Amino acid sequence: MTALINKLEHEGARAICGRHNNKPDALLEILHEAQEFDGYLGDQALRTIAEALNISRAEIHGVVSFYHDYRREPPARHVIKLCRAEACQAVGSEALAAHAEEKWKTPTGGISADQKIGLEAVYCLGNCALGPAAMIDGELYGRITPGRLEALVAERLDKSERE
Amino acid sequence: MVETVRIYVPCDAAAVSVGADDTAAAIATVAAMRKIKIEIIRNGSRGMLWLEPLVEIATKNGRIAYGPVAAEDVAGLFDADFLKGGEHPLAHGITEEIAYFAQQERLTFARCGIIEPLNLDDYEKHGGLAGLRKALKLEPSDIVEAVTQSGLRGRGGAGFPTGIKWKTALEQQSDEKYICCNADEGDSGTFADRLLMEGDPFSLLEGMVVAGRAVGARTGYIYIRSEYPHAIKTMRRAVEMFRAAGFLGDNIDGSDTRFYISIRVGAGAYICGEETSMLESIEGKRGQIKVKPPIPAISGLFGKPTIINNVLSLATTPVILAKGADHYKNFGVGRSRGTQPFQLAGDIARGGLVEKAFGVTLGDLINNFGGGTRSGKPVRAVQTGGPLGAYIPVSGFSVAMEYEALAQAGAMLGHGGVVVFNDTVDMAKQARFAMEFCEIESCGKCTPCRIGAVRGKETIDKIIAGEDIAKNLEILDDLCDLMTDASLCAMGGLTPMPVQSAVKHFPEDFGG
Repeated sequence: MTALINKLEHEGARAICGRHNNKPDALLEILHEAQEFDGYLGDQALRTIAEALNISRAEIHGVVSFYHDYRREPPARHVIKLCRAEACQAVGSEALAAHAEEKWKTPTGGISADQKIGLEAVYCLGNCALGPAAMIDGELYGRITPGRLEALVAERLDKSERE
Repeated sequence: MVETVRIYVPCDAAAVSVGADDTAAAIATVAAMRKIKIEIIRNGSRGMLWLEPLVEIATKNGRIAYGPVAAEDVAGLFDADFLKGGEHPLAHGITEEIAYFAQQERLTFARCGIIEPLNLDDYEKHGGLAGLRKALKLEPSDIVEAVTQSGLRGRGGAGFPTGIKWKTALEQQSDEKYICCNADEGDSGTFADRLLMEGDPFSLLEGMVVAGRAVGARTGYIYIRSEYPHAIKTMRRAVEMFRAAGFLGDNIDGSDTRFYISIRVGAGAYICGEETSMLESIEGKRGQIKVKPPIPAISGLFGKPTIINNVLSLATTPVILAKGADHYKNFGVGRSRGTQPFQLAGDIARGGLVEKAFGVTLGDLINNFGGGTRSGKPVRAVQTGGPLGAYIPVSGFSVAMEYEALAQAGAMLGHGGVVVFNDTVDMAKQARFAMEFCEIESCGKCTPCRIGAVRGKETIDKIIAGEDIAKNLEILDDLCDLMTDASLCAMGGLTPMPVQSAVKHFPEDFGG
């Protein structure tokens, strides 16, 4: 029994909950931090959070599945979020997205076969005067062209190859 | 002794997105190589985003602007003696004399781009804290009265009179009340909240403390969307600094006012910009909307009286108190008093922020300020007020940008976003996207929104495919009316606005 409980325990998540005084109203913050910790929200982390906050796993599932930010699977090595909202549409974001899907042979919302590139749609990065906008591994870029996108991604791929 | 030259390079996310960090680094490197003493200050953005990275040199005649300055341009600028305001193809003269800037009326954004965002002395030197200090000497009801008199209406989009909201909350008897700042700026084409939070964060905090004193609240939350990492970082730091300086906590600035602020980060849900949904999210729940009444001012966060205001509404209250309600009220037209930070976006040559008194025309914003399209193609349609706002054709450019005139034209001001589309836009596709966006972002609580959006998208697909066009347009119209009338909140209730306006003004794109 002890073995089973230990297996379910996620120490990182437990510590995160503790830092938020195990308060259920901090759930979004806790999930953000737990996702930062592992790159995604795994079963172990969610079970531990449910226990620490004394709320049901169903409730946690409800929250995790409601918000676009939370991931239940590990992300690709590099995550490209392309803004697909109106202001970026007006300056060619749809063609840019089609180019990216073609270039990395990955549908929006998917991860490339080699797990290196994840393509995501985002609805507004607040860079609407300098569109098309993109966020690559958390960094914001504006006035993106297909060429610039490829160069920015290639730079990151090179860097992660070397590491 | 040679004087150190002050150089301003914005740290705003938009500026950084086009290389401001590299530009700042290049300036530092070249200056070091040439043994020139400089001080680089990372200010907020002036809002002239097409010029970003906009580098400014402080001179005794004012700041001189160069932009857009890429890292590669830096050596050339030094060669042109830009530290003394030397001539260069990227030079624009004195920043404040640039027509785009000179023609604005900046009240909310008075300091944005001028000060160093996280420098409290700089903030105070430029008029910060004056409103709060005045408020601390006023009775709560007098603060509410001043805000009411100013005519300030909610800048988030709904345009509800801020003073009336505050009065309702003030009248509630409760052991706890809350001030919640809605910084979930999800509308495409809007970025004013972000610019302000990154460029003048203390003004928002000051406004929240004023609101807290006005209604008797002790706790404030700022709900910032996760897509704004720069703003989150700046606001977090600003809260710490404000607290350390005694403007948050107990006995604020030596008074008996107590106020605390926490920051909550969203998790990628457009609907959380809807106020009841935002409250649910702050409580750590799914961002599902709640039926009103009760209104949040009576029963909001954790069931307590809660003021929910947009970033711009809150950040404007200090200047109202500092300069007086009449000063603010004297700007604007009709029932739209004061100034509105408009945001020019999409295919526009001079995209950015224009704070102007209500009443400026749409055409003036797009042609005079915006300079037409960036692509050089003719304008075909403009969407005002975000993804739930109407598409307006060029023939509608004479509309005055104020709440009532826009409503009369079948459009809305929303959060002040203006997105320009050129003549390659397919309006049937845009209408379809409005439904698709609603489908993706609906909280799912009410049927007209949850199912209506899906059916709407399918019906537009049929129209695009040329299937029984007249009948399907009729179905679409009927569905739109139903969504408008029967949805619980603005998401489902306003999604028909872009759809119906597109059909009305651009019938040729719908097989008509």
